[in-house]
Amino acid sequence: MLLEIKNLFRRFGGLQAVSDVSFSVPQGMIKAVIGPNGAGKTTLFNLISGALPPSAGGIHFKGQPIHGLPPYRIASQGMARTYQNIKLYPGMTALENVMVGRHCRCRAGFLSGMLSLPWSRKEEKASRVAAMELLALLDIADLAEVEATSLAFGQQRAVEFARALATEPELLLLDEPAAGLNIYETAEVARLISKINGQGITVLLVEHDMSLVMDISQEIVVLSFGEKIAEGTPAEIQHNKEVIRIYLGEDDA
Amino acid sequence: MTLELFSQYLLAGITYGIIYAIVGIGFNIIYNTTGIINFAQGEFVMLGGMTAISLSQWLPLPLAIGVAVLIVMLIGALVEILFIRWLDRPSVLRMIIITIGISILIREAALHIWGEGVRSLPYFVGNEITTVQILGARVSPQVLWVIGVCAVMVLGLSLFFRYTLQGKKMQACAANRMAATLCGISTRNMVTLSFMLSAGIGALAGCVMSPITYTQYDIGTGLAIKGFTVAILGGLGSSMAAVAAGLLLGLIESFSVSVVPLAFQDAISISLLLAILFFRPHGLFGNKDAADLKEF
Amino acid sequence: MKRHLPLSLLVLAVICVQQLTRATGTAFYLTPLTMAAYYSLVIVGLCLLMGYAGQISLGHAGFFAIGGYLSAMLTTKNLIPFKENSLIALGDRLGLLIHGQDMFGEPFLLVQPWAACGCAILVTIVVAYGIGIPVLKLKGHYLAMATLGFGIIVYRLALASPLFGEADGISGVPGFPLLPGLAVSGDFSSRVSNYYLAWGMVAFAMWLLVNLIHSRVGRALRAIHGAEGAANAMGIDTARYKLNTFVLSAVLAAVAGIFLTHYNGGIGPSEAGIMKSVRYVAIVAIGGMANLWGALVMGALLNIMSLRGMFGSYDDAVFGAILIVIMLFAPQGLLGISLPAALKRILRRGA
Repeated sequence: MLLEIKNLFRRFGGLQAVSDVSFSVPQGMIKAVIGPNGAGKTTLFNLISGALPPSAGGIHFKGQPIHGLPPYRIASQGMARTYQNIKLYPGMTALENVMVGRHCRCRAGFLSGMLSLPWSRKEEKASRVAAMELLALLDIADLAEVEATSLAFGQQRAVEFARALATEPELLLLDEPAAGLNIYETAEVARLISKINGQGITVLLVEHDMSLVMDISQEIVVLSFGEKIAEGTPAEIQHNKEVIRIYLGEDDA
Repeated sequence: MTLELFSQYLLAGITYGIIYAIVGIGFNIIYNTTGIINFAQGEFVMLGGMTAISLSQWLPLPLAIGVAVLIVMLIGALVEILFIRWLDRPSVLRMIIITIGISILIREAALHIWGEGVRSLPYFVGNEITTVQILGARVSPQVLWVIGVCAVMVLGLSLFFRYTLQGKKMQACAANRMAATLCGISTRNMVTLSFMLSAGIGALAGCVMSPITYTQYDIGTGLAIKGFTVAILGGLGSSMAAVAAGLLLGLIESFSVSVVPLAFQDAISISLLLAILFFRPHGLFGNKDAADLKEF
Repeated sequence: MKRHLPLSLLVLAVICVQQLTRATGTAFYLTPLTMAAYYSLVIVGLCLLMGYAGQISLGHAGFFAIGGYLSAMLTTKNLIPFKENSLIALGDRLGLLIHGQDMFGEPFLLVQPWAACGCAILVTIVVAYGIGIPVLKLKGHYLAMATLGFGIIVYRLALASPLFGEADGISGVPGFPLLPGLAVSGDFSSRVSNYYLAWGMVAFAMWLLVNLIHSRVGRALRAIHGAEGAANAMGIDTARYKLNTFVLSAVLAAVAGIFLTHYNGGIGPSEAGIMKSVRYVAIVAIGGMANLWGALVMGALLNIMSLRGMFGSYDDAVFGAILIVIMLFAPQGLLGISLPAALKRILRRGA
């Protein structure tokens, strides 16, 4: 198991945002987390990526406990994420944003930076090349020198994606990668996720777009009001009475 | 420590403490309505005292103070209209720098108008050697004026916020600006009002404390820092807590004189500020989760 | 390299200005120019901290003062009364102390400028780390107030301690010999060499900082400034980077303090005051927060004007006004504004 969530809880004052959630993600899988708004999906992501500490419970990544670790440590261990409301670095170009993703795979520090030592310059060049390759992979190489926050929404999504990939992750957390995209763009996203999954990257995604979810996920976890109410293959979930109820409401008959 | 000395320190602490509390409340009023920390808060206190001193040459004392307070309230409104209104969702950094700039301008203007000298208003009752005996200590009756006037201000403010329409409008703005606008409250006017109110209470405090603490063009900065300390100590945004926090700071400062040389007294209050910021930035009475959600 | 073109321009300008003063007989300008150079060291360090790492510091004059006061105190305080102290004796054996006789024939024992300098920088590093760790956890107003508080504490300590000369500060600070025949001092004869020394230090600092900006660390700092949470999520230890940047800028300020003190032959408590800190922030703001060269140019210009007394008694008011005007109309600094856009904004707001 690449990622294991055990009895995870997160409280905000009186609100149980995540309540006794447990599931695992085996290596190489594409797993989706779905649920109505307010189900706790983004909170779950924040817990896994280290942005929030859990109130109780454990998270294990590659067999090691990561709950309570700061995000940067989790990232360098091989987990990267994207954000629902895109968080690109303003004032930096698309290329520079992606190069930040290379940070945890490089070593040049203050001293070597200030003295512009040859090995750090070589490392910089390699970072730049790697970042350009990722931009090319996502078909936005021509936007490399454009200021990132001035790009169109879909393009910003792509830059964030490239940035996450730049960290050479083993597990990629995607927070609503298809939000705000049309059918064609969503299909493109699906293709992309499948492609990188084919290259060995495990994917855990939060998504509302059911066509995307049912299309590419191998397993689905369903959350409602912070609790896990179902887990299984897309086919199983589609026929799960509880899931249908929380999405479509009670049958008044 | 004798009873007399203890009472002396106690009363000094309460006197200064309640002044700091007023400045802290001024911070809170503006912060609650706008999310801005007004670094120029201390200058309003200084202006109140200075203006009243100048006016007292031509007007009887109570009138001089009243007019001074009105003038400073107008200045507060002017500051808001000239400098704050422009801003379109400014970053915190910009706000801090602007209000620091404003406080510098006011201070330099005061320097050029009134000079470097130390001045004071005449004592309201008696003169500098009149004393009254309280709890075994001999203090100037002015101390009672300070405590009395400030207490009345605090009471007046809490009544204002709780029972008048204007007060409730301001509280609505503080709680949720967008919702307040939707209810037809002119948030722009509320912001101006909050500046005027903060300036007014600061100015009155400045007048009433002038005979005992003296007024000089540069007392604003120190007061602003102490007022900020008090606001943070009580939990940013809560005026009642600011009163308690102010008294606490005043008393700590006052009693610290018995252990630390006077020259280091300022260092004590700043160290307290740093300690609060480092260990409990939501203040003694604030709520940690609520404070974490604050947008800084 | 393209990024170092401004550096060559700087070197050129420095040489030209000096030649110009020689040709026009205005060599007295070299003194404020030299002082402005040292202040610029503080400013570019602050620019790195504020513009790139995005952390405001309203107390940077405190670090300048720590550097200046410590080196002043150590090089002027007679240690003869403490001759027996084991630490002093150790220093003596290591060659860190100077023996001499004052004009009355009384012996004195002082710390060598190099040793004093090293000690001052060491203390600065310790204080910067000590203050930085808790302070940099804060944000916004809290951070500003904490740094302001730090600056005031340093100022109060300088003003209140007999060790630091109280209100009079420390004077009679000797020159700082760097190489045989080359010393940082206010000596008339070495005015030109001091000028080049000061600007040489600035050029070296700019070289280091420009390199840093264009490196992995510089990019990480900009990411932290842009979106700290997202920077952390990409593997950047944001706390450590902010702290190291803070310490680096503190050391730059301290070095400036040390050398300016030796140049001036003394230091006073006003160097630690709030107004100095505010001045540094104002200059960084007007130069463009994240613009090292802008900060340098503005710093040199404004400091020279101020030192030459062009602002008269309105000195502090000028910097206060600069702060307001820049923040209201040109938050990206003077060199980043577009006049038509600014005008449009004003007209729209007023409506």
